[in-house]
Amino acid sequence: MFMILGYPAPLMFGQLLLGLINGAFYALLSLGLAVIFGMLNIVNFAHGAFFMLGAFVAWGLLEFLGVNYWFALLLAPVIVGIFGILLEKTLISRLYKLDHLYGLLLTFGMALIIEGLARNQFGSSGMPYRIPAILQGATNVGFMFLPNYRAWVVVASAIMCLVTWLIIEKTSIGATLRAATENAPLVQAFGINVPRMITLTYAGGVALAAFAGVLAAPIYSVNPNMGANFIITVFAVVVIGGMGSILGSIVTGFGLGIVEGLTKVFYPQGSATVIFVVMVIVLLVRPAGLFGKAA
Amino acid sequence: MTLSRRTLLGTAAAGATLPLVRSARAQAANTIKIGVLNDQSGPYRDTGGTSSVAAVQMAVDEFASKGFKVEVISADHQNKPDLGAQIARQWYDRDGVDVVMDVPTSSVGLAVAGVAKEKNKLHINIGAATVELTNKACAPSLIHYTYDTYMLAKSTGGATVKAGGDTWFFITADYAFGKQLQADTTTMVLASGGKVNGSVAYPFPGTTDYSSFLLQAQASGAKILGLANAGGDTVNSVKQAKEFGITMKIATMLMFITDVHALGLDVAGGLSLTESFYWDMNDKTRAFTKRFLPRSPTNYPNMIHAGNYSSALHFLKAVTDMGVPAAKASGTAIADRMKAMPVSDECYQGSIRKDGRGMFPAYLFEVKKPAESKGKWDYYKLVQTTPAEEAYKPLSASECYFIKS
Repeated sequence: MFMILGYPAPLMFGQLLLGLINGAFYALLSLGLAVIFGMLNIVNFAHGAFFMLGAFVAWGLLEFLGVNYWFALLLAPVIVGIFGILLEKTLISRLYKLDHLYGLLLTFGMALIIEGLARNQFGSSGMPYRIPAILQGATNVGFMFLPNYRAWVVVASAIMCLVTWLIIEKTSIGATLRAATENAPLVQAFGINVPRMITLTYAGGVALAAFAGVLAAPIYSVNPNMGANFIITVFAVVVIGGMGSILGSIVTGFGLGIVEGLTKVFYPQGSATVIFVVMVIVLLVRPAGLFGKAA
Repeated sequence: MTLSRRTLLGTAAAGATLPLVRSARAQAANTIKIGVLNDQSGPYRDTGGTSSVAAVQMAVDEFASKGFKVEVISADHQNKPDLGAQIARQWYDRDGVDVVMDVPTSSVGLAVAGVAKEKNKLHINIGAATVELTNKACAPSLIHYTYDTYMLAKSTGGATVKAGGDTWFFITADYAFGKQLQADTTTMVLASGGKVNGSVAYPFPGTTDYSSFLLQAQASGAKILGLANAGGDTVNSVKQAKEFGITMKIATMLMFITDVHALGLDVAGGLSLTESFYWDMNDKTRAFTKRFLPRSPTNYPNMIHAGNYSSALHFLKAVTDMGVPAAKASGTAIADRMKAMPVSDECYQGSIRKDGRGMFPAYLFEVKKPAESKGKWDYYKLVQTTPAEEAYKPLSASECYFIKS
């Protein structure tokens, strides 16, 4: 058995893989945040709450309607996305002309209300959600036991990230969207309904969070605090990647998952703070983030 | 991002307690005020939280009043020692609170114990685990009621070593409680001729992914995985251990029936755990549970909830016995009276030792497999009962200043 930095190699490979799995969640969540920030200029603090709602909708669909995981994976983002549209139409759309801080406060308040209501209704221990039958069990990949479900999470997030990136960077819808962010009145002059487009973008970002929530449901117990645990870290990921940078958030998401995973081996007590240490260093050296364009 | 949700919450919670100041002054001296301070929004909400408040309120409602009024207030300490101490201080000093109860999360429990000692006010700790509350941090006006880390180590740890689990690896919540539980269990394991192969301490609160620590545990070659954590953390650790095919036997050093419920029997079935109360133990506990459930519909009572009920009742009996003015005058006096009276209600029968330690038997349970469970919350099989005298740290080994001398 050969060693890496004093640790057996299989253990290190295992940790790298685990980092990648956690990174998949970071990437998916920060992607939604980046899309919303990049297109709407809203710092969506309610993102964690939507992530949590996604998991709860999946749980509710199974518990009350018998809808299985695979349909929930499609339905939950749609349902939570519609909820996002309601919030955007009634509340968030009023803030576009104001400073970022107002959007931050509003979405932060929304998160507190949504999480508080969920906690009141469901408690904090969480609800069990079973891994779908086909993905149960684990595969021995030589250096570790890889649960099939976790492997699926990495694949599903990677595909989702790629699709989102392609839509925004390579399609005409994405091009219009990017143009609307640069100069909304001009795009509107071409006969495009910009407000509707923005609403749908917000819904899309929210749906991404809900999708991540459904993916997370079988791993973590479905509980009202699950989003709050993630959201601060995910914000750090977005800041490191460069606010609003789609590619940046994906790459940093996976990358920081790995950094965090390694910290868990060498100095576990610091695993919650390492991402913020990276954030501080990045902000000092490249204030716009790794992939951000300097303003 | 300088704003943190917790800071905001903290300010809000602190602000919310302010309006109580004026009303307290106006109150008659004939009112006993109980403050329940615990986690009402975080990982320990279901193990204590609003259900603990409901249990205390139930004790108050059922207690045939002997000519004085009782008022119950509550607050969320968010697992922050500074916030907990601040609320306790305000309650004792300005709001006329006579006893602060529950206070889970050992770091917060220790902070509140310090305040109670300084002000000679009564503090009944039910939710926190650390054995230090009746040792290095002991106080004449402090009672630690339901369980502690020593008792958990003795009951769950002792039984595990006896069954052949002699090599251990710990996954530990990195704060007062986790460290103490690991230390107490380690002492137990070493004393029985076992060995500890290693441990990891993870940041608390906020850690949700334990897979990395689980793989380190597996790689250590130990037979037993000791989980020195609680609540949602334990739930996630057990769940992920199963997911990653960890073949070690898991010793959940602190687990409540509420956690078992969250895990589901297909995952939790077969685990061993220690509680000093089980709702389905006998007719008395079942009668208690039947009355309790309408007040806490989603949560069956665990030992913390039952401990809140029982100790509140015992406190009110002691107040009746010595009179309201004397009870209000000195925390030590009321604690001494509680220690002098036997505890006897539906949930707990026993006594309180002179160091403040509640002396009740410790029950080692095995969680039922799904097929064995006959109904809702039918989760435990009683495996072993440790009498109080053996379950708790003996007075001869006490590190409490007023016991040693």
